[in-house]
Amino acid sequence: MAEATYPEDLRYHDQHDWVRVEGDSATFGITWYAQDTLGEVVFFEPPEPGTTLSKDQPYAEVESVKAVSDVIAPMSGEVTEVNDALTDSPERINEDPYGEGWLVKVTLSHPEEAEALLSAAEYQKLLDR
Amino acid sequence: MTLAEAPMQRERATTIYEKSKAGRRAAVLPGAEVPETPIEDLIPANLLRSEAPNLPEVAEPEIVRHYNRLSRRNFDLDSGFYPLGSCTMKHNPRLNERVAALPGHARLHPAQDPRRAQGALELMYLLQESLAEISGMPHVSLQPSAGSHGELAGLLLTRAFHADRGEVRTKVLAPDTSHGTNPASVTMAGYEVVKVATNQRGGVDMDDLRAKIAEDPSQIACLMLTNPNTLGLFDENIEEIAALIHEAGGTLYYDGANLNAILGRTRPGDMGFDIVHLNLHKSFSQPHGGGGPGAGPIAVSERIEPFLPRPQVVRRESSGGRDPSFDLDFDRPKSIGRLRGFQGNFGVFVRSYAYILSLGADGLVDASETAVLNANYLKARLAAGRAGERLPVAFDRHCMHEFVLSGRPMKNELGLATLDLAKRLLDFGFHPPTVYFPLLVDEALMVEPTETETKESLDAFADAVEEILAEAETDPDLAKNAPYSTPVRRLDEVRATRKPVVRQQLAD
Repeated sequence: MAEATYPEDLRYHDQHDWVRVEGDSATFGITWYAQDTLGEVVFFEPPEPGTTLSKDQPYAEVESVKAVSDVIAPMSGEVTEVNDALTDSPERINEDPYGEGWLVKVTLSHPEEAEALLSAAEYQKLLDR
Repeated sequence: MTLAEAPMQRERATTIYEKSKAGRRAAVLPGAEVPETPIEDLIPANLLRSEAPNLPEVAEPEIVRHYNRLSRRNFDLDSGFYPLGSCTMKHNPRLNERVAALPGHARLHPAQDPRRAQGALELMYLLQESLAEISGMPHVSLQPSAGSHGELAGLLLTRAFHADRGEVRTKVLAPDTSHGTNPASVTMAGYEVVKVATNQRGGVDMDDLRAKIAEDPSQIACLMLTNPNTLGLFDENIEEIAALIHEAGGTLYYDGANLNAILGRTRPGDMGFDIVHLNLHKSFSQPHGGGGPGAGPIAVSERIEPFLPRPQVVRRESSGGRDPSFDLDFDRPKSIGRLRGFQGNFGVFVRSYAYILSLGADGLVDASETAVLNANYLKARLAAGRAGERLPVAFDRHCMHEFVLSGRPMKNELGLATLDLAKRLLDFGFHPPTVYFPLLVDEALMVEPTETETKESLDAFADAVEEILAEAETDPDLAKNAPYSTPVRRLDEVRATRKPVVRQQLAD
């Protein structure tokens, strides 16, 4: 994905994660800005399904040709599913960060945490600063 | 000649195995003059190979050409300017090589009895004394073989120090500008890394440091600090930082990677540090060649000394007017033990000691002052040109021996990433600076010119950066497809990482 995009229907965390909330469950990923800054991703180390995630704490690692970085949990909950396709094709994080490049699915323990997250416009304002 | 016709690119590099032809030899040995003993009588059956190893069979002229050709495909310090930040790629004086090659140095067997290796032990002892004086710490161990090895040693010493006082501490603080080896060594030593933020001036964020200590001072084992740090900036609060850590009961570790900035001007011991490693392959001109060998001796304060690795090289006074002797002291009951086989990379010690003696105390101060002057000159030269806008310095104050630029405006305005600039510099005959480190600087470019470069080579580098930025204003693809003049073009780093080919498949 060459152009910066930030879908309106997602919520954003200031550590460059996005969340798609669907009731009590959610999908997490990293934003266009995050994958652009990292450069081409060569490795994704996911958490085990069943892992408990705490908001603002690291839960996974992405490795690019530049560096290894922690991925920060935008909300709290329990991992129900991991995007296994990223093991063989981590480049999906670069090519389609909001679609095939999703990282984990989570059952939220505190769905109300979504209210404190940023809208697409607020997140972009943060990037412009 | 077009670039595609450059002779270096026409021939693909081959391995020595591809040159192999059955039966070719580099030498023919005369027949043995003693009765032959079957190999089965000498080596146990379970250690014998069942088939011959697949070694290359090549004649001597082809061997010479092969390696000579490979060496010309390399970029090295003897070919050009090599401002690789944080690596201190200074000239390696040839005098050091002559001294290291003396038969008494080069042919000494590592298992030689100490009584027959007095000269070597004396040299090691004197090097220890010199490094103690330079670092401002009373005791030195030459055992660690790299900076990272020194870090691990320092953390093991920290654990031994706390354990001796009946304490168990679990956390090691490290600024977010740390070399990657710091958190890696911390993890390897079984500690937990706690990151400390950087302030607006590029130093340790004191409020964050106080907060991280306050969480539980009894758990703080150590703070690892590089000073000047990886931004090339000297921490203005070093005395206060040292006081805070000591108050919490932790040790203070000095990563000596950037020692080249301060030789003879200030010392880690005077700043309050307990443990320091010194990179002989950086500050003391041992060649970096091929990733080693290096050496990362550690110097420590009085309270850490009982735990130093064993054996220690010691001087024993003699009675009756005889000369003192030198020995290996194994009688160190609190020692963390041995860190490597034998006594270290001895050739490295010879070169570094020769370097220290040939420069002398005044010369080492001159070296550091010139390293700092060169870095500040190059920083100012770059800022006066297009780089001032496109590649601004990340923290704008006088730097020490290196400085860090941010390629973010260049990427936004010209579409040129720092990596593109780095690759294009190769076409101008320069080794690129360090890229994408430290991590807190966006599109970082870290430049360390060292003291052994002339004003002319610094100017030529600044001119090259200016030209690359100018050409990118009209044709950014030029840099994006660089390099053109090297033995290979841009490598596919992504594929190399995702699908590495680590074993060459040869036709039979």
